[in-house]
Parts: sequence; C-alpha cells; structure tokens
Amino acid sequence: MATKAIFSEVKNNGFGYWGILGVFGVLVLGGVWAFMHMEHGHFSTGMNNQIVWGMPHVFAIFLIVAASGAANIATIGTVFGKKIYQPLGRLSAFLGASLLIGGLLVLLLDLGSIGHVIEMAKGHLNFKSIFAWNMVLYSGFLGIIVVYLWTMMDRTKLAKMLYKPVGIANMIWRFLLTMATGSIFGFLVARQYYDAAIMAPLFIVASYVFGTAIYTLVLMSSFKFTGRELGDAILNRLRYTLAIFLALTLFIEFVRHLTNLYATEHHGVEGFILASGDNISNLFWFGQIIMGSLIPMFLIWCRFLKNNRFALAVAAILAVLGGLAQIYVILIGGQAYPLILFPNAEVTSSFSEGVINPYTATPAEILLGVGGFGLAIAMVIVAVKVFKVLPTTLADSATDPHHTKKI
Amino acid sequence: MSNIDSYRRNFLTGIGAVSTMAAAVTIAPGVFLREVQAKPAEKAVSSKVRWGMLVDVNKLKDGGDACIEACKKEHGWGDEEHSNNKQDAQWIRKVTVKEKLTGHEFSLPVMCQHCDTAPCVDVCPTGASMKRADGIVQVNKHVCIGCRYCMMACPYKARSFIHETLTDQKPGTPRGKGTVESCNMCVNRVDAGLNPACVDAAPEAMLFGDLNDPESKISKALKEFGGTQIRADLGLNTGIRYQGI
Ligand code: SF4
Repeated sequence: MATKAIFSEVKNNGFGYWGILGVFGVLVLGGVWAFMHMEHGHFSTGMNNQIVWGMPHVFAIFLIVAASGAANIATIGTVFGKKIYQPLGRLSAFLGASLLIGGLLVLLLDLGSIGHVIEMAKGHLNFKSIFAWNMVLYSGFLGIIVVYLWTMMDRTKLAKMLYKPVGIANMIWRFLLTMATGSIFGFLVARQYYDAAIMAPLFIVASYVFGTAIYTLVLMSSFKFTGRELGDAILNRLRYTLAIFLALTLFIEFVRHLTNLYATEHHGVEGFILASGDNISNLFWFGQIIMGSLIPMFLIWCRFLKNNRFALAVAAILAVLGGLAQIYVILIGGQAYPLILFPNAEVTSSFSEGVINPYTATPAEILLGVGGFGLAIAMVIVAVKVFKVLPTTLADSATDPHHTKKI
Repeated sequence: MSNIDSYRRNFLTGIGAVSTMAAAVTIAPGVFLREVQAKPAEKAVSSKVRWGMLVDVNKLKDGGDACIEACKKEHGWGDEEHSNNKQDAQWIRKVTVKEKLTGHEFSLPVMCQHCDTAPCVDVCPTGASMKRADGIVQVNKHVCIGCRYCMMACPYKARSFIHETLTDQKPGTPRGKGTVESCNMCVNRVDAGLNPACVDAAPEAMLFGDLNDPESKISKALKEFGGTQIRADLGLNTGIRYQGI
C-alpha cells in the first residue's frame, strides 16, 4: 500500500547538487583508475598468497552487508505496518540496491579473471558453493527490490496489492542474503578464526548497524541539502535502532570471543586478535569496540545529547568506520594468523609457515573499495533527482499522527 | 562434467607429444617407470583408480629440496618476474617441524594433499576447482574467475594465485594470470604413464600409485606400515600420506 506521504524529485539544479554529485563522481573515477591499475596483475597490490582477500573485499563485504540493513528500513514499514517508516521506504530500497551494486562491483573488479565470469553465465555454477548461492541471492535481491520499488511508487491496484507480499519477500530474502554472506566465512573449516556458525547471526545484527548508519547519514544530508523538514520522531527511531543493534553486535562479538576462548585450540588466534598489540588487535579495541561501538552508543544514549543531530551524525559516521574496522579485523586478522598444520610444534618454511602474515593495503586497493562506496552514493544522488524518492517533508506533524514523540 | 572433459582435452593437446615420446623415455637413464600403464588419450579418466603418494620423511635425504626443484622444473612456477616472494607461486614447499615437547625435528614436502572431500572443490563457485575421477584435484584455468575462495578454504595453504602475466610456459602445464593453481600430481605425466616429477626426484622416499589397487606397491606399503595424513582431524581422506611424521 502506498503511503499518504507526498514524494518529489530533487529540483535543485544549482551548484550544490552537481557539486555533491561531482564529489562522489571523483570517488568513482578513483575506483576506475584503481581497477585499471590492478588489471595488470595483482602483483601491484598488497595481497599475496597468504593474505588472499584484502582491502577491496573489506569494502565489498561491508557494502553488501550494509545493503541488506539499509533495505530493512522499508520492510519495517511494510511488513509490520509501522506507518512512520513508510515514507522512508523508497529511499531505503534505493539505497539498499545501490550499496549492493557498489559492493558487488568491487568484488567483481577484484577478480583475477573477470572475463571468465561469462563461463558462469554459461552454466559453470557449482551449487555446492555458498559463493555461488550468494551470487544467486544477490541477483535475486536486486530483482525483488525493483519490484518492491514499483509496488511503492505505482498507483495501480495491482501494485498496492503486491506491496505487502513483496515487502515480506524482501525481508526474508534479505535475511538469507546476510546469513549467506556470513556463511562465506563459516565454511572455512581450517581457518581458526572463522569456523563458527555464529558468523551468520553476527552479520545479521551488524547489517542493521551498517545499514541504519548509512541510511541516517543519507537521509539527514539529503534533507538538509534540499531544504526539507526532518522531524525528531523519525530521527529518534533511526537513532535508537542504531544504538540497539550496536549493543547487540557487541553482545554477539562478546559471545563469539568467549566461546572461542573456551576452546583451547582457538587460544592462539584469540590471543592474536585480542591481545597481541599488533595492528589488528589495536584496530579491534580502538577501532571496532571503542570508536565504532562504545562512543556511538554514548553519543546516542547520553541524556544531554538528546535530539542532538550533530551527535547522531557523528555516531553514524563512527559506526560506519567501526563497521569497516570490524570487517577488516575479521577478514585480514583471520588470514594473518597462520594455518596450523602441526599443532604443538614450531613450524618454519619458505611459505610463511607459523608466522603472522603482515598486510598493508596499497592506495589502489583502498581506492577501488572507496570507489564502490562512491558509486553507491552517486547512484542514490541521481535517483533522488530522477525519481520521486524523497518525501517532501518528514516533519513530526506529518509523520506522527499523534504528534507525540514516541520512542 | 563437461568442464572436466575440456580441461583434460587441453592437457592432452599439451601432452600429445609427451605421450609419443613415452617409449623413448622408458630407456632414458634416471627415469623411473611406474607400475601402472599409461592412460590412452581417448580413454576417460577412471574412477576405479585413485592416485596417491606416500612420502617416507625419514628416508628423505634433503627434507624435500630435490622434489621441489623437480616440480619447479616440470611446471615452471616460482620465479615470476614482478611478484614479490609472498606473491610467487609455490606448488610445493619444504616445511620444517620441531615438536615442542621432544625437540624432535623433521622436514617434509607439503603440497596439495588431493583430498577425497576437498574443501576447495566444495567452495568454488564455478566448478573450476575440481577433482578428477581418479582423485587428482586441480584447477580448470579456463573457468577459474580468480576469486581465491579456494585459497581461503584450503587447510594446507597449497594454492597460489598468479599475480602477473606469464611468459615461457611449460607445454604440459598451462598457467595464467589471475587464476589459481596448485600441485596437480603432474597430471600430464601421470596420464602419460609416468610418475610425478617429485616422486622421480626422491625415489628412495616416495611412492606413487593406485590406492584402490590392493596389489600396488603404495597400497601394500600403507597396509603394512600405515601412513599419516596431515590434519587427519579434518576428515578429508587425503591422497598424500606420510610416514615418519
Ligand atoms: S579462484 Fe578459481 S578455482 Fe579457486 S574458487 Fe575461485 S573460481 Fe574456483
């Protein structure tokens, strides 16, 4: 069912609009340059036979996980009939699709042999592979979002009828997708740090954090730049969604590390991540836990910062950075710790046996990842101009029929 | 199965010449002949056979150095021009193990262990990472997209990604930038009725043969003395077994 809210395209044709689009366009160009640079071969990157997935994958996984979280805001309105969320639906779906496309593109452009992807289209798909399932889930998700957007934006009876069922499909699909993304790690039996079923729920709660944070930032800035009114009622919903899922993510991380510490065989890798004093453990404590979780939670729950938009924006930015740190620690940290072929023995070889594998991302790898992010946001900026994505107002009087601030 | 066929075809074109030379090879000095017949080119790979290797670490004089050299020579990996030493391909490596409690030290060559239930085969999205009917695990370079998921999944770190464009490749071993590769048990030689290069380089310590044939030397040796799998706890039923580890 379409909502009563009125949507309109962004009319601004001035320097502001094109300037902002330009900034993100430059990020995309940076990504294109990085891709051309890496196309000569991955020898020019910091990745190697020990750290096989690097910075591009950190960004790609982050964006894909964030996509499902961003799209989730629409489904709360649809599936649970929360009226206040319904005007947020279009932007949510657009943002979800764009983040997914950005993430997938980074993943694609990092492949060693992009040309061979055509073989997959010809039927070379191994359905035992969770990776292959992910491809199917990602494409399906994009398809569902397109239909979902149509049900939100079209006035025909059919569209209105399908609004809820498609919203439900979108929600289920999004859960499968995030779980499958988390399971990419769960299937790596020999990697000490990954082999755990808890990766799937961890990714689900983290997706709410990443998605809500990015959504909040996009909503706030788009309303600011287009001079539309954004009330506290909406912002507080987003604010507390963000904080609650930050807390849940922290909790699941805590359980994960605790169970790992319970198993003696994982003591080595846990020690490395938690207490080695290495870049990775610093990033874990200072990046993910303190900067990315505790400070944003404080900024949201501190009584003196109630309804403080600047604090919310900072909290969302920190949550995004903390999310990147979290994926980095999982992805790079898990590979940096050596595989154990012979327990209870000291091992050496010419192939980095028994040592922590260092990794430093080259600028090209970072630019490729940032380019994917830039593309996602640029697509949203274009979308709000071309389509009726943004509601004309989200003032409290328009969003909250009772005009009270329920939280 | 068509990918397997096309891969085999590719190898076979490469080794057509090798096969015809097989007769000459039999009399060449220093080349050890295998007990099992060469597989005629037109014959499909049979699942009746399961190729395997047995490495007696105590009998290896050099911990595997000669094997590694022979492998390099056979397949031409390891000296990629632009890649740094962590990016260079390494199909087989010498691992030195010192037990903490006893101080006992030994070295062994570690390569693809040709698992029966290979994690790299399970995770590969395209099916490029595959196990032939005769148990040899390898990568179909024409289908591999270079996602490196198989490298993440391999418990033995046996796989290498090719980080640059390669020139001067060995005819029997097609390799390519942006794909993943690993020990293929010298499939080119095996199909031609020869031993893998590493086995010929350390005949005193290594056996190659059909694990499904109770009469083969390797099966008899394994039956009598047993053989250990690295990380047997993972239950991968590897085709490479070791004694003395
Ligand atoms: S790198 Fe190639 S062989 Fe390995 S999983 Fe990816 S497509 Fe398969």
